[in-house]
Amino acid sequence: MLTVSIYRYHPELDEKPYMQDFQVDTGGKDIMVLDVLNLLKIQDRSLAYRRSCREGVCGSDGMNINGTNGLACITPLSSVVKNNKLVLRPLPALPVIRDLVIDMDQFYKQYEKIKPFLLNDTPAPGIERLQSPEEREKLDGLYECILCACCSTACPSFWWNPDRFIGPAGLLQAYRFLADSRDTATEERLAGLDDPFSVFRCHGIMNCVTVCPKGLNPTKAIGHIRNMLMTRAT
Amino acid sequence: MVTTVTSYGRSGLSDWLVQRVSAVILAVYSIFMVLYLLLNPQIDFVQWSALFSGTGMRIFSLMALLSLGAHCWIGLWSVSTDYLKHFAVRFVFQMVVGLLMFIYTIWGVQLLWGL
Repeated sequence: MLTVSIYRYHPELDEKPYMQDFQVDTGGKDIMVLDVLNLLKIQDRSLAYRRSCREGVCGSDGMNINGTNGLACITPLSSVVKNNKLVLRPLPALPVIRDLVIDMDQFYKQYEKIKPFLLNDTPAPGIERLQSPEEREKLDGLYECILCACCSTACPSFWWNPDRFIGPAGLLQAYRFLADSRDTATEERLAGLDDPFSVFRCHGIMNCVTVCPKGLNPTKAIGHIRNMLMTRAT
Repeated sequence: MVTTVTSYGRSGLSDWLVQRVSAVILAVYSIFMVLYLLLNPQIDFVQWSALFSGTGMRIFSLMALLSLGAHCWIGLWSVSTDYLKHFAVRFVFQMVVGLLMFIYTIWGVQLLWGL
């Protein structure tokens, strides 16, 4: 039997959050954390968590698993469980709506700030804007982000300034559009990032890189943005 | 773009650059001073005074002193915007740090140049 300790909070019923322990029979199999939650849902129908694709593509089930952020659906028990105990909490820093469900409004507000779409003021060509294979290659390691928020909510700079620091997820996407050969708003994008908070609140501790379930490197992207700002200003 | 009026250079890039350049200057100065003291264990006042009377050493020391002031201001400003959530407390802290850095810089110049 696996002991699962889960953060519970129902704002309409509970005065404050608490941890509830459950016993789950995993049948000795190395199942995913999401499978454990699904088994728990049978025991307690009131347990709330987000899930959708259950294969690490939609980014819905980001949570704090035994102290580290990750996606429940692609995290096998063998990679996180120690002493037969699993502790599940919501992603840190963002407000809790109920149990493991968080309000991601602040996270999306930062994402909106970087204008996550192509800006191009040249006339649209007949068919499509073409890229060479080399130009397209520059987007690898950037476009794969699924916005699960594991990185931003693992970042102390985002914990202290979620309203002013864009955070690793947003900055990875900021660089994704700065690096895109089809985007012509580089100057405008960079001008919006040159303040002490948006980019420069990153101190490079690389929590984002450690937790990213897709194996991406936001710290490297932030370094590229810094270099672009530096090139532009010197 | 987030607006700030109390940061050192108003621009994130400028603060970032000053922080790194000043760190290198402070590191070189610290290594020099430690090595100098290690290589001259029997140092006396005459030798110490002679060291600081050279123009080169005075420029080097002044550079380190100005670097220290800027480095502290940027670093502590950053700490204050992380941890001091109340506007008044944060503003008073920033002003006190700024004032202290100014006092230490002027005082340091007076000592170094024997004015």
